[in-house]
Amino acid sequence: MIALTGVAAERGGRRVLSDLDLTLTERRIAIVGANGSGKSTFARLLNGLVVPSEGSVTVDGFDTKSRGKEVRRLVGFVFQNPDNQIVYPTVAEDIAFGLKGRGLDKPAIAVRVAETLDRFGLTGMDDRLAHELSGGERQMLALAGVMAMAPRWLVMDEPTTLLDLRNTRRVMDAVAALEQHVVFVTHDLDLIAGFDRVLVFEAGSLAADAAPAEAVAAYRAIAG
Amino acid sequence: MIAGLYRPGTSPVHRARAGIKLAALLGLGTLLFAIADPRLAAAALVLTMAAHGLARIPARVAFAQIRPALWILGILFAVQLWLVGLDAALLLVLRFATLILAASLVTLTTRTADLVAVIEWALSPLARLGVDVAKVGLAISLAIRFIPAVAAIVEEVREAQRARGQDRSMIALAVPVIIRLLKMADEIAEAIDARS
Repeated sequence: MIALTGVAAERGGRRVLSDLDLTLTERRIAIVGANGSGKSTFARLLNGLVVPSEGSVTVDGFDTKSRGKEVRRLVGFVFQNPDNQIVYPTVAEDIAFGLKGRGLDKPAIAVRVAETLDRFGLTGMDDRLAHELSGGERQMLALAGVMAMAPRWLVMDEPTTLLDLRNTRRVMDAVAALEQHVVFVTHDLDLIAGFDRVLVFEAGSLAADAAPAEAVAAYRAIAG
Repeated sequence: MIAGLYRPGTSPVHRARAGIKLAALLGLGTLLFAIADPRLAAAALVLTMAAHGLARIPARVAFAQIRPALWILGILFAVQLWLVGLDAALLLVLRFATLILAASLVTLTTRTADLVAVIEWALSPLARLGVDVAKVGLAISLAIRFIPAVAAIVEEVREAQRARGQDRSMIALAVPVIIRLLKMADEIAEAIDARS
């Protein structure tokens, strides 16, 4: 469970979110809102990349301010641009990156990497250079690199924005197959039809919190 | 293609341990600066090219490693020729060409993770002095990983400037490239934080 209590957040000295009291327990939660509405900051609050200026955020009881390391083990994060998330030059090396920090030995890392490659349709790409992959493959690699760490929650910040229709479907199919709780930030309202809960942000506040159909209607009304 | 990045293979050079390749590179570098005969330096260059052949690195890939340095080598040759003489000019250029090709051979045939592991091992005594060896290794892997990314940004910006008729302005190229690199650095730091 992720709990936000009396949360406000600032970025660059400017308040971008305020008055958030929420409990997240659903498996599929979507976040929508206009540019600058605070949804990316909200996503970053959930794994401690941004800590609240007021109130608290806890993930399974761990406070993001004081227990950031534990929180980041529980909450994986996929960014919009996979190019800035892939750290090593080749596919297998990048998936192994996070695992080294978990104290796994070489054989255990190799097994986990092979499993992850297979699971995300990257089998046989071990030694491919990341910059030579297609946009869709790079986003799958970014997702695979995070999922290799077996987080309990996954936060995705507009992961399909840079992708074409086919690769968007590929990423969404991979997301649908995940057992984890997923918090999915997007501008694409077609992608969230099957979600359990949708949060709509407007000018730094939560404007709607409902099932997809109702939330999308509320968002359209706000957007005019 | 971007020069110097790992090319998978099963050749003896690929299979050799990263530590041995780095030690050989260090040894070759020392030897090259100890010899004074350009014929020996030329022999070292031929041997290095033969090692590329053994690693089954195509000639065009091998040439791509040294092509960006050709103009510097040309200037060095001309200056040495003018100031010292033909032997000294040949020796200098052969030394640098051999070193560039040998270093490229190591990166072309060795996974970055293996190189980083050796470097971290070599630096491990410094951990007692408070040096974060893992961070040094990460910085090296990031430098290698983002060579093509930086090249792509420069090309994108150059294209955009050309489209606006600014194809000769260094400032028009440098400012957006630097801004994008700084933004990218912020995002990479955030991603590493999220993945660690």
